[in-house]
Amino acid sequence: MEKSSIFDMIGPIMIGPSSSHTAGVVRIGRVARLLLRDTPDHVEVIFYNSFATTYEGHGSDRAVIGGLLGFANDDERIRNALDIAKKQNIQIHFKSVLQASTLHPNSIKIKASKGNKSVEILGVSRGGGLIAIKEVDGFNANFTGQLHTLVILALDVKGSIAFIADVIAHDDCNIATMTVSRSNKNEDAKLIIEMDSPISEPALSYLKSLKWVKEVIYLPEIG
Amino acid sequence: MRVTFESFREWKSYCEHSQEPIWKPVLSYEIELRNRTEQQIWDGLAAAYCVMRDAIEKGLTEDMRSISGMINNGAKKIKNCHIAVLGDEFKKLIYRSIAAKELNSCMGRIVAAPTAGASGILPGVLTTLQDLHHLDNSQIYESMLVAAGIGLIIEQRASIAGAVGGCQAETGTAAAMGAGAIVYALGGNIDQVFDSVAITIMNMLGLICDPIAGLVEVPCVKRNASASVIAFASAQIALAGDSSIIPVDEVIDVMGEVGQSMDTRYKETALGGLAATPTGKKIAEKVLKNPSEIINFDETKSNEI
Ligand code: SF4
Repeated sequence: MEKSSIFDMIGPIMIGPSSSHTAGVVRIGRVARLLLRDTPDHVEVIFYNSFATTYEGHGSDRAVIGGLLGFANDDERIRNALDIAKKQNIQIHFKSVLQASTLHPNSIKIKASKGNKSVEILGVSRGGGLIAIKEVDGFNANFTGQLHTLVILALDVKGSIAFIADVIAHDDCNIATMTVSRSNKNEDAKLIIEMDSPISEPALSYLKSLKWVKEVIYLPEIG
Repeated sequence: MRVTFESFREWKSYCEHSQEPIWKPVLSYEIELRNRTEQQIWDGLAAAYCVMRDAIEKGLTEDMRSISGMINNGAKKIKNCHIAVLGDEFKKLIYRSIAAKELNSCMGRIVAAPTAGASGILPGVLTTLQDLHHLDNSQIYESMLVAAGIGLIIEQRASIAGAVGGCQAETGTAAAMGAGAIVYALGGNIDQVFDSVAITIMNMLGLICDPIAGLVEVPCVKRNASASVIAFASAQIALAGDSSIIPVDEVIDVMGEVGQSMDTRYKETALGGLAATPTGKKIAEKVLKNPSEIINFDETKSNEI
């Protein structure tokens, strides 16, 4: 078991009522916002399984919108996130889905869009405020937001993975995990790379400039 | 790392050898683990204590009604009650613990200590301790380090989560952290600090986690008050040198074992205990999402939902 900090015992400072129903959910919302790189104007959230019945009582609906608005875990505006979103004319729909036995009990799907940009993620609130993102835009994923994460969409060309790993290594970043997943429909591959330290701006621009790379999104640690 | 916080025995023998005060190895642990400076740690503790005091203040002044309606300004009622069953300080301890926890249930800003469900206990205990005995903030911060060390060991040997170990793990751990903080702050020696931890856990052993409708409201809020009271009771006993007989590490191991053998009904699933009473079920029906608004998962259409 990884060693806890004393600020796990006296902390974190957070918005109640519960770390899995608020803190973790705010984080999942924030990942969606970072991937969209904007405040959405349309949001659809699906709460699965145990979340499906309790999300209102726990305020998880406010928490997820708080995250999409970019609020931190200890931001007191979370309690009023639904009203704040309404004032900004954000269209919000919530759905509850039970008996999704293939999914973790505390799963959430977020579909968020702004103009012609959109993102869809499936996240899990693992307890204690920790999260895992299991899908991004239909591609398999598995990252926690606790490290520095690169989300790359690229053409599935030979040697591309090794090439990208090399660029990151030259930037003196240590790769903690890498998930590669392909979609059936086209030739694209999604690479999700968790790193122990942030990547430099030049390395990031270099990756973006590659012909076969369609999109690079960098997510810093999500506090 | 000199003390790993896997047992109380290790912590004690380190302090006996080094002649350091009991909080010092907790500080060194954090400095090494997270590469923090000593000042950052004191600042972090001060910030947490500030949020705890704020939480009590808000719980006593703002409207504390939860989304479900089960929480309805309880702390204010107790504060305004003209009967003080055991004197004003006792009453203060109760309403302060409840105020901070009610704020948690109402989506306010709190310190999870060690969890959000137990977030009223240390605020109630520490502020009442400080005011009653006129302690400096620095003494409170040292006590918070002692409390954190206690929490670290309980997490390692047993659990601090209701879903894993029942409510004894959540409010029990917070009460044990509070008891150790009291004994340290009032000049108790290391044996007395650890005895207070053992006595607290002995007093809370077996407590199940059975929140109505799965919400962290009932019985949680009131258990925060009773856990604070147990912390003071255990501290009083331990400070007098009346020992726990069973050493603290063994008591914690029992808590872990009881938690493991506890039926899952009693571990935050809201399927047993108070949550499964006729009234508990009726409340759940009212506050949970109406089944007609819920879609059942359909594998064949899983792409659409
Ligand atoms: S009953 Fe369960 S949810 Fe409530 S405080 Fe105890 S452990 Fe936490």
